[in-house]
Order: sequence, then structure tokens, then C-alpha cells
Amino acid sequence: MTTLTPRDSKDVEEAVRWALGHGKTLDIIGAGTKRGIGRPTQTDATLDLSGLSGITLYEPEELVLSAQAGTPLSEIEAAVAARGQELAFEPPDYGALLGHTRGGTIGGLLAANLSGPRRLKSGAARDHFLGFTAVSGRGETFKSGGRVVKNVTGYDLCKLMAGSWGTLAVMTGVTIKVLPRAETEATIILHGLDGGVAARAMAAAMGSSCDVSGAAHLPAGLADRISGIAARDAVTALRLEGVMPSVVHRRQMLMDILKPFGAASVVDADASRTLWRAIRDVTPFAMQAAMDERALWRISAAPMQGPQVGRVLADEAGAETLYDWAGGLVWALLPSSADAGQEIVRRAVAANGGHATLVRAPAALRAAVDVFEPQAAGVATLSARIKAGFDPNRILNPGRMYTGI
Amino acid sequence: MSVTLPVPDADVLARRAAIVAALRSIVPGEGVIDGEREMRPYESDGLTAYRQLPMVVVLPETTGQVAAVLGFCHAEGIRVVPRGAGTSLSGGALPLSDAVLLGMGKFKRIREIDFDNRCVVVEPGVTNLAVSQAVESRGFYYAPDPSSQIACTIGGNIAENSGGVHCLKYGMTTNNVLGCEMVLMTGEVIRLGGRHLDAGGYDLLGIVTGSEGLLGVVTEITVRILKKPEVARAVLVGFNSSEDAGTCVASIIGAGIIPGGMEMMDKPAIHAAEDFVHAGYPLDVEALLIVELDGPQAEVDHLLARVESIAAECGAVVCRASNSEQERLLFWAGRKAAFPAVGRISPDYYCMDGTIPRAQLPLVLARMREMSETYGLRVANVFHAGDGNLHPLILYDANIPGELDRAEAFGSDILRLCVEVGGVLTGEHGVGVEKRDLMPDMFTQVDLDQQQRLKCAFDEKGLLNPGKVFPTLHRCAELGRMHVHHGQTAFPDIPRF
Repeated sequence: MTTLTPRDSKDVEEAVRWALGHGKTLDIIGAGTKRGIGRPTQTDATLDLSGLSGITLYEPEELVLSAQAGTPLSEIEAAVAARGQELAFEPPDYGALLGHTRGGTIGGLLAANLSGPRRLKSGAARDHFLGFTAVSGRGETFKSGGRVVKNVTGYDLCKLMAGSWGTLAVMTGVTIKVLPRAETEATIILHGLDGGVAARAMAAAMGSSCDVSGAAHLPAGLADRISGIAARDAVTALRLEGVMPSVVHRRQMLMDILKPFGAASVVDADASRTLWRAIRDVTPFAMQAAMDERALWRISAAPMQGPQVGRVLADEAGAETLYDWAGGLVWALLPSSADAGQEIVRRAVAANGGHATLVRAPAALRAAVDVFEPQAAGVATLSARIKAGFDPNRILNPGRMYTGI
Repeated sequence: MSVTLPVPDADVLARRAAIVAALRSIVPGEGVIDGEREMRPYESDGLTAYRQLPMVVVLPETTGQVAAVLGFCHAEGIRVVPRGAGTSLSGGALPLSDAVLLGMGKFKRIREIDFDNRCVVVEPGVTNLAVSQAVESRGFYYAPDPSSQIACTIGGNIAENSGGVHCLKYGMTTNNVLGCEMVLMTGEVIRLGGRHLDAGGYDLLGIVTGSEGLLGVVTEITVRILKKPEVARAVLVGFNSSEDAGTCVASIIGAGIIPGGMEMMDKPAIHAAEDFVHAGYPLDVEALLIVELDGPQAEVDHLLARVESIAAECGAVVCRASNSEQERLLFWAGRKAAFPAVGRISPDYYCMDGTIPRAQLPLVLARMREMSETYGLRVANVFHAGDGNLHPLILYDANIPGELDRAEAFGSDILRLCVEVGGVLTGEHGVGVEKRDLMPDMFTQVDLDQQQRLKCAFDEKGLLNPGKVFPTLHRCAELGRMHVHHGQTAFPDIPRF
């Protein structure tokens, strides 16, 4: 298959125009680390953006950073870390989950709108995405947003691009908001709670003034797989970040609030970082072999409903579950089956509200089932019309999210 | 009034009586207003320089009625202007003479408070402040707090993606909304989001937020609520120059501190506010910062000490921290009353709303002083310093012929300057009609066309709030046309880079 490797945004425009002119479809990739997610696409050529690399502007005191879309995330994270900053939405690295060790690009991260445990306090990738330049499926270069942190000029197309999986336009340059990194952190751990009780404990913590920046629940057997925790029973973890006097103060406050839920222990900063990185990257559900045929679902629900979804999937389909976002993010690993567990996952989500994405499954299954949450008719029509406005000939990642999109 | 609105549709105007009758059959009783005197309160919004009576006002009470009104207007080709409380500062709710003004003020119910999931389901006519008040008994609040929060409604906040003084730390409306029910121009009702985070497909909620009433009419909204911080303390810091104040803001953020609020005022604004509110502001400084820190007591005390030491390093000549809640509120009272305070020293004022990279502040202020002399109009500045959102207040007298036009020209020059230094036309007030014709200063025609294609996906006939945001209206069919076709491309071969 043809691979196009543009060096700059002008090349990208030319590549898209070539595809348009010849009726070719394009698979848009940064580093290709998330190719295993979504419906498998059959395209005529690959548009590889890794050549568009480099930070073009970084002003720590303005809290903004601009980079070419193919810039490795690791390069950006190193640059901001050197100035005591970070991407507050805690970008996950799904390498272990998807069975590879390559790092992704900033463009791919934003196109997938991925975020980690701090999502519940600081927002998702979408909330830190300030501006972009892109080439539409019409072969035209356009921009939206800006390089300032507060802007309501025109439609907020950054939100639309975040989570569009390259189906609307090829981003060539992006601007994101960066924020100071917390001075220190600590994690409080409760032991042996079941999912429902853990949801109540996390709700109590989130409903306090403790400013909790991570709330996750690992049922029995999962924590064991994370180095440094080694707990056999279930673990409910609550993270506090900030300046030292504040963390010390809130640690006590939170311990008092959580007393009704049993004895708590405290994990210090280093172990806390290890734990949350593992939760962020969902390492307990890492791919075990190239032929790991279990289906991994990522489900977003209201925090109190998440464990209910999880219980249905555990009871009826033998799923292993892991909860982040105070219960609002459910990772469910289902045994290999003919429909990747689609029927029961959709049923459980429909009963509780939310949406589910099939993050990992053999390609044949991803082609056969709905990978993204099926949409109500009105929303599906709107999505198709939006796609037509950006990419009328459907040449960009066609079918990656939905048939016809 | 120098703004051009879309040419009224004579055919629609000729059918006015029949349209009013049809609307009455959808919304009975006093929900349809067609008398000139009764429609007068709707002729303008917070941007009072522009006034226009609507063709008719409709005040529906149910989603079904909204759907029926929009469906009828869609079928009949009638334009519709949605309106919340009408506090927009950019003319977003300015009526059109041939359009139905759709007032959402009767949607006043708080439908559900869900403390466990930390969200509230409200109707769009609920005021911003009422959401916080509904949950304050349990110590919660709704974070976005535009200065108009007593009056402005959540529906309007969605339309404008409203911010407020705390949005650097807590985000704007878009960062605090989880879901909505909305009616499309066709009358179709859709639901976006829910009580969960993020979208399953395209983030339509994200583009509806801040779309200025051009994409649909929201009839129910789910917002996130937060627990109130344990304490908040503010510190007043005075400087001999705006450069020093700007350096201090950069140093605070550079030190890794994100204050709950960080506001700057220049000398004219300080004096106007102090004369009005007697907040105890120093009068002999060129620039004043109010820095508010919130969180647990231990954190606030710790960070306050660091802010004070940074301020001293940056040449602060006054530095005073609040020692009681009463004193903190007094510090803010001056800032929050800055607009009316300026209103006391000038018959009229015109509030601008650009955002700039903060480092450009000294340059922008200097250029503004030059413009002030050129135009012969005074200007006072209040500034959301943390996020670079500038609110210059241009003082003028509408009774002096030509002054309003000069004020508008001055304002346009300021916004062009914001764009020139790397900023944007509007940080939180919206484009509306006010900045509509400046959009080409920030966007190319290709950029604007792509935005309008999004509009076409929602409202193909262009009936919802036309004449706002976009300087020129294009037919959707024309925008949909492709200009690159097979056989005509200039790129016959596979690109070789």
C-alpha cells in the first residue's frame, strides 16, 4: 500500500488533493499507536504525519504550547516537565493495552480525545485543546481557535476534532493548554470494598472539599498486578495532589471522611505515581499475547451507575472490571466470544446511561460489531451531515467510527 | 447603529397576521406577544446600542411547544431568534424585524439535583446563580460565574460559553456541562450527553456550547456541580506600572500557582470603582491586582505567602491580604461593580472583550492610550489577568453626535490589535452582531466557510439567528459544492515530498 509522508502542511494539502482527485481513501496516522482501536478501515493509502514534528511555540507563563501534529507526545511531556508543567488531562499510554511499546503523537492523542484519571477534576483532552490548523477532506487548509486560553470566537471546532478519530480533517498543527504540575501527591487506599460500596466511598470523597484528583476502584485480584501495591483484596484509591502543606492537611480530612468505609492506608508520593500510571494505562488489562482474543470495553457512565454496569457484565458475562473516574469510567474485559460481548454491553449501558467503546478485540470482530456507541437516529443524521461538510467524498479514515462516517 | 442585518423577507412580513395566529394555536394564552408596546422590552439585549423590534414574541413553556414553533417556522421559511434573559453583551439576542423572537424565560424549573453524581438537571431559563443557590445547602456550587449571574440564564450561558472571574481555574461553561436536550430548527428533538463524561461519537455538545443560538434551542441542561473550597482569601497588590503588574501575573503562574481569580484594573478603573464602592483600593497606583486563592486553609495560607513574596519581588508598592470573609468580599465588590462604576463617570460606556497573550499587555495598553487620544475618548481597563481576557471600557456620550460611531471604531481598532498581537476577538462575550464584521480580521474565508458548513449540518435553511457571528451568509448548497474534481486536479501523480 502507498504511504505518503508529508514534510509540512503544504504537503498534507497536496496529498489530500491528490486523494480527492483520484478518488483514493486515506488512513491518517501519527505514530499509528491507536490503529488497533476503531473499526478496521480499508484505505488506498496511508497518510503518515510523523514527519510534521516539533514544538513551534511554548510559553509556560501563558500556559500554552503549539506543536506540529506529528510531534511525539514524549517530546512535549519532556519539554513541559522541564518547566514544572504538564498536560493536566493526564494522557494515557495504551501501548501495553494494545500490545506494543511505541509512543503516540499529540495529534493522535487529541483526535482520540483520551484522558487519564485526572479527567474527573481537570477535564479531558478536549478541555485543553485551544486551536488547530487542519486540511479538510475538501483539500482546504483551515484553522480554528487560537493560542490563548480563553476564546469564544466562532464555533469551537476543537471540540469537534477531539474524538473525531481523523474522520473530519487532517490536523497539521495544534495548540494546547498546559498547567503547573503538582508539587507532591499522596493516595489513600481503602481495602476490601465491593463495587457499590466503593462508588459510595468515592462519591463521599468527591463530594468533599478535599479536591480529589483521582478516584479508582480495583476489584480483588487486580491490584495484585500493579507493582508496589500487592494487595490481594479489592483496592479503592483516592489521590490528593498539590503543595505539601495542603496534601498533608487534606489527607487527614479525607481519612476522617472515609472512616465509615473501614481502615485506610496511605501511599506516599512515589508509590502513588506508580499506582496512578498503572490505572491511567490500564496495565492490569494489558494484552497478554499477540493472540489475546478477550474483548476490552471502555464505558463512560454516571459515577454511581458505573459499578452497576460492571456488576451486570461480571455476573452475566464473566467480565473483569476496573473503575476509574470515581466509578464513571468502567474498563471491562470480557472472555472471547462471537460478538465481543456487544449485546450485553449495549444492554447494560442502555439501562444505566452512558456510552461504550470496544477498545481491543480481534480485527474481524471489530469489523463485525459496533465499535463506538450506536447513535440515536437524529444524532446519527447530524453526524453524517457534519462529516459531509468536512469530508464530502469520505476519503479520510472512512468507516473508522461508523459506517458512512 | 452601524450594523447591517439580513434584508427582511417581505413575503413573511405580509403573512404576519396568519403567522401570529398559527403561533397562538401552538402556544395559547399570553405566550404570544404581538403588540408594539408589549414587545418593546425585547427590542435589544445587553448591547443596548442596537435595537430592533421583532415581528412577534413567543414564550413557550414546554419542549413540545418549542418543537412545534420551530417546526412551523421551518416549514414556512420564517426566521427565529432565540433569547434567554437578554444579557448578551454582543447583540446575540438582537431581534430581526421579520423573525419570531423565541423567549425561553418560562423554562424556570430545576428538574433534578443529583448530589451523588454531582450534577443538576435544569431548564434553560434558570438563572446561573439559582443553580448555585439550589445546591448551596450541601456546600456545592456551579463554577462558571459571569458577572451577570443574578440575571443571565443557563440557556444563554450555553449559547455564549460564558466564563467569569474564576474560569482560569474552574473552566468556562463548556468545561462544566454534561448534557442537554435540544430542538433543531426542523423541530426535531435530540439529546446530547447525559450524566457521564465525554461523547460517544462526535462531541456535538462541545460545538453547541458557544454556538450563539445558531445551531438549536436548548430545552434542558445537565451541569456539573463542585464542592465549595474550604476557604478563599484575596490579596490586593498595587503597582507603579502595568508592566510590573503584568510581570507579577506571569511570575505567579510561572511559579506554578493557578489562583481562583486574578483580576487587574488600570488607574481610571480603580478610581471609578473606589469612588463608587469604597473598597479601600489604593488611589496612587497605576495598576491594581486582586489575586484570590481558594482551597484548604493550609494551602491558601501557604500560597498567599508565596504570592506576597513574588509581588514584592515584582515591585509591588501596596500588598494587603483579606483577613475576613467580609474584607474579601469588599475587595471583590469594587471589581464586580467596575462596569456600573464607570457608568457613573460617563453617560455611556462600551465594553470590549478581546483576549491577548498576557506578555503583550504593556504594548496593548500603550497602543490603547494612543488610540484614546486619537479618538478623543477616555478608556478604563479591567482585565481577567490570569487568562489574558481584556475588558476595555470606552467612555462616550451617545447624545453627542458621532460619539457612538467613534466609540465603535475605537473598539474595533482595539479588537484588531488583539488579533494582531496573537489574541482573539472575544474571550467570553461572543461575536454576535457586534464583532461579526471583524471576523475576517481573524479568519480567512476558507476558515469561515468551514464553520458555516457546520451551521448547514444543523440548519440548512439558515433560519436560526441569521445575521449573527458570520459577516456574510452563504447558501448551504453553494458551500457544499466541491471545487476539486477528478480530472481537474493539478496533482496527477502520487505526491512525492
